[in-house]
Amino acid sequence: METLFSQQFLVEGGDFRNAGNASTQIKTILKQIGIPGEVIRRVAIAAYEAEMNMVMYAKRGVMTLRIEPMKVEISVEDEGPGIEDIELAMQEGYSTASPEIREMGFGAGMGLPNIKKNSDEFSIASTVGKGTQLSIRIRNRVVQSE
Amino acid sequence: MKLDQIVRQLGVRVRTTEDKVKEVEVKGGYASDLLSDVIGNAKEGYLWVTLQTHANILAVAKLKDIAAILLVNSRKPDADTLEKAEKEGIVLLESDLSTFELVGRLYEMGIR
Repeated sequence: METLFSQQFLVEGGDFRNAGNASTQIKTILKQIGIPGEVIRRVAIAAYEAEMNMVMYAKRGVMTLRIEPMKVEISVEDEGPGIEDIELAMQEGYSTASPEIREMGFGAGMGLPNIKKNSDEFSIASTVGKGTQLSIRIRNRVVQSE
Repeated sequence: MKLDQIVRQLGVRVRTTEDKVKEVEVKGGYASDLLSDVIGNAKEGYLWVTLQTHANILAVAKLKDIAAILLVNSRKPDADTLEKAEKEGIVLLESDLSTFELVGRLYEMGIR
């Protein structure tokens, strides 16, 4: 499929000051392009959770936004501790966040489940000690004329 | 309901973006201190009631097109939260009441 738009966003682990900037930019881009509101809402949730996971757990990571006529794709690749038990990490309420992070209202164990819930296609792969990759695809419900 | 009606009736303090209070329409409300919960469940135009005061609440408000953030129990927004909220045009409100009491009053006013 032809890519209409693509952009990479760098995310620094531990950088709570700028946390949320990448997903906010993604939302702005989708709005400017004229993606339907319902699609934007789902992408924004998935992008925010993926970004926060990198801020909380990874050393650094890259989030790539790709917009195609039929779908919006977000791929995430981070350098970090990886996830030991993916099945457990996908369970709502399970979290390995520190008490400090939880006090800020993060680490509720809802991130990955929220991403999955808002994706049409979702895949996750992880290598302990190396990092985690996510692929998030959300169907673009309005077919573009070109 | 317009935000300024809520501000007057509850006697809450407006900390940022005062000029928007008259225009903003509140379509509903959500109370939670877990950001993932808010990202997943709050809706556009909702008033968000929380005790979190750090700047990360602003990204959540922006992503969800929240009408305003209402801080409970006399909690003060962090200095960078105030600065960023003003810059990004997000309304921050402060109240001396608890979440329970605020939500009860808002619900009575018809915010659901």
